Amino acid sequence: MSVRRLAKEQPASFAFSKDTLKKAEWWIAKYPADRRQSAVIPILWLVQKQEGWVSEPALNAIAELLGMPVIRVFEVATFYTMFQLEPVGKVALVQLCGTTPCMLRGANDLKTVLEAKIGPKNHLSADGKFSWEEVECLGACCNAPMAAINDYYYEDLTPESLGRILDDFAAGKAPQPGSYEGRKSSEPKDAVHTLTDPKLYDGSAAKKIKLPNAPAKAKAKKEPAA
Amino acid sequence: MPKAKVNGVEVEFEPGMTVLQVAELAGEEIPRFCYHERLSIAGNCRMCLVEVKPGPPKPQASCALPAAENQEIFTNTPMVKKAREGVMEFLLINHPLDCPICDQGGECDLQDQAMGYGRDGSRYEENKRAVEEKYMGPLIKTVMTRCIQCTRCVRFITEVAGVPDIGLISRGEDVEITTYLDKAVGSELSANVIDLCPVGALTSKPYAFNARPWELKKTESVDVMDALGSAIRVDARANEVMRVLPRINDDINEEWISDKTRYACDGLLRQRLDRPYIREAGKLRAATWAEAFAAVAAKVKAAKPERIGVIAGDVQDAESMKAALDLFGGLGVTSLDCRQDGAQVGGGQREAYLFNTTIAGLDQADAILLVGCNPRLEAPVLNARLRKAWISGRAQIGVIGERVDLTYDYEHLGAGPASLKTLVKAKSGFAKVLKDAKNPVIIVGGGALAREDGSAVLAMAAGAAKTFGAVREDWNGFNVLHTAASRVGGLDLGFLPGEGGLSARQMVAKGALDVLFLLGADEADLSQTDAFVVYLGTHGDAGAHRADVILPGAAYTEKNGLYVNTEGRVQMASRAVFPKGEAREDWAILRALSERLGAKLPYDSLDQLRAKLFADHPSFGQIDYAPGAATAAGFDLGAVGGKGEADDAVFGPAIKDFYLTNPIARASVTMAECSAVAAQSRAKLVAAE
Repeated sequence: MSVRRLAKEQPASFAFSKDTLKKAEWWIAKYPADRRQSAVIPILWLVQKQEGWVSEPALNAIAELLGMPVIRVFEVATFYTMFQLEPVGKVALVQLCGTTPCMLRGANDLKTVLEAKIGPKNHLSADGKFSWEEVECLGACCNAPMAAINDYYYEDLTPESLGRILDDFAAGKAPQPGSYEGRKSSEPKDAVHTLTDPKLYDGSAAKKIKLPNAPAKAKAKKEPAA
Repeated sequence: MPKAKVNGVEVEFEPGMTVLQVAELAGEEIPRFCYHERLSIAGNCRMCLVEVKPGPPKPQASCALPAAENQEIFTNTPMVKKAREGVMEFLLINHPLDCPICDQGGECDLQDQAMGYGRDGSRYEENKRAVEEKYMGPLIKTVMTRCIQCTRCVRFITEVAGVPDIGLISRGEDVEITTYLDKAVGSELSANVIDLCPVGALTSKPYAFNARPWELKKTESVDVMDALGSAIRVDARANEVMRVLPRINDDINEEWISDKTRYACDGLLRQRLDRPYIREAGKLRAATWAEAFAAVAAKVKAAKPERIGVIAGDVQDAESMKAALDLFGGLGVTSLDCRQDGAQVGGGQREAYLFNTTIAGLDQADAILLVGCNPRLEAPVLNARLRKAWISGRAQIGVIGERVDLTYDYEHLGAGPASLKTLVKAKSGFAKVLKDAKNPVIIVGGGALAREDGSAVLAMAAGAAKTFGAVREDWNGFNVLHTAASRVGGLDLGFLPGEGGLSARQMVAKGALDVLFLLGADEADLSQTDAFVVYLGTHGDAGAHRADVILPGAAYTEKNGLYVNTEGRVQMASRAVFPKGEAREDWAILRALSERLGAKLPYDSLDQLRAKLFADHPSFGQIDYAPGAATAAGFDLGAVGGKGEADDAVFGPAIKDFYLTNPIARASVTMAECSAVAAQSRAKLVAAE
């Protein structure tokens, strides 16, 4: 993490889109009228969704919408690294996990690919279509190494598969998210070595206990359906 | 009351106190950085760790922990010592070792507490973090690498000043205190964050590298920049006032002062009149005292008493006004006035021109009506009190006058006297709020009084006070907020036009007088007068510019003087330095002049003058006493103000430029800069709209 500053070059203005404003109103309505500012994080998200990043005029617009000092919005926007304060790639923002499990499984090789295909991290590519950054653990360690591209996780990456994914994005396609090793979610990579015996997970090996306040037997039998 | 033990000593405490406060009751000092009595509790510096039983076996932050019955608090155990050393070590990790070049040196909490509670050495070998400097305006100098993120400045600006311009951005190691995109802090109380800052991150820009605290002679005194009479400490080196700091006075300013109070002091060194001058052939030439007195005496002796007028300025002490009153009153002069701005108050009952609720009394108010009053500019510290009443949810505030940003929400009820009339007749809305309030307060400001129909407006306000039950035996909610430090003193003395006398405005008219004596008066419009003008004052400002004879006087830091604040509280200001050059204390000049006029004043020392003052005007004898509600029973609201109809003109501003209201502030470079920055940000706001 480094010191977070607003981008040097800022757009002249910002306007909420109709859709964003509608969603924002929905969030604001969740809080009492004098606590409108509680909606600042969801609205920062919405703005980021609309523009790709949070600009200085956007901060002012949010402050005005929520009736709060702009410095308070600024505090929130700089606190959370998920809010992009610089423009990001129009087509894809790659957030590569660089934390220990992914690093051990080859995240550093993926960095080389990103550097070659997009450029230095935290910078827009020359055509403005791509940008990438390194992030902390995204909680998909079972499928390391992984990257979040735009809204989805791309898992079990190799330099080749990541390269292909980026090429697909560049070609205007929408590559399938998920594992790129043919795994279903985070099931074991090769042959199944554990949990081979259904008894281990179907409950039959469990010690019989009498649950206090449990419903009568007859009723209990019906429940599994629900 | 519940009891707790502090290091084995039993103390009683009030329910709701924190462990830190209880420990202080027992006389134990708890080190702290983020905790401040007048701000909300943040609990983020961790310096106040103590051991508490019963409780988890770890140190606890005492500032944020409520004290409980039978609690045992320990502040001197090995655990506490180790915890303090640990916290101090962490705080010093990123704090630079630049004390020798830091302006906070010698009065730095971190320095003191590192000595008192820290380890003797450092184990830290890595690089220290560095933080970019920020711009916070012309008053606050930042060295943000020194910041320990206590957030006192953020809390002060947000809670007390009500101008949320400072914030804490980013997180973790990267947090920084800043204003939004290097905007100047837009509060009139901004410089108080310098006092609050426990380290040298926010220091005084005008005072940067000027002096060390141990070189300064400290004099406790009273402020004259507005009519509150805030408690100040004047720090001087040799014969030069280096800075002005607040003193704690819970009755008036708590521990805040306005930026003007703090920073107008560089004006005490500029544009000073340090010798008498006489105008000859249109040009002022330096003269001796004897020449100056002779010139004045010749003109005064030649003039008839009704062709002589005296105007007292806004920062005059009571003694000099008394001397002028005795001298010119003795000559038969009736054209005396202490109201340069033309405020239509004075005479009659004392309560009719005082801030009767008292400033501290505002803490009990539950409905407040401001009439032609912009307290943010007229008295910023008072405005912080009003904000305090509002933020606690206790008081509702209504305003008749200009619609301005007062740092709190209010109901805008109209702009002129007609709205006041409507309000008094109304049955619902804010009229009902005032009527139902237990302690309603009406504050009449300069904008309502400094106009031709001012006394009629005052009478209307008194009528409103009567309607809303603002005055009763134990509560006086009728208030006049003055803008001049000398005003109440002048009114108490009766420094007002006598029978056939002219008011200040009439005196400056063409052909009204032969001799016009200005006692530090610089705000009167002198463009029309063709009288012989004598100016007794301190600065080469408007009065001296027009004067035919200049008698150099002493500024408020250069004389012992009595000032009566807007509450009617008599306070003593003390001399911190000597008058400049050949200048003398004002009363002594008048005493010397009286001899030349053959009407020798009957006192040879300030003590004798004060004795006469106290004898003639007993209210001056009660130092540091504000009558408040004590006199409410005898106060007749019906007799306040004058007859006549108020016209419909809206209430204008009493103060156009907060930073440039008196000759000292106008001579100050710092105030000029503040005024320019404020004008700039106002222009930006207008452009944005």
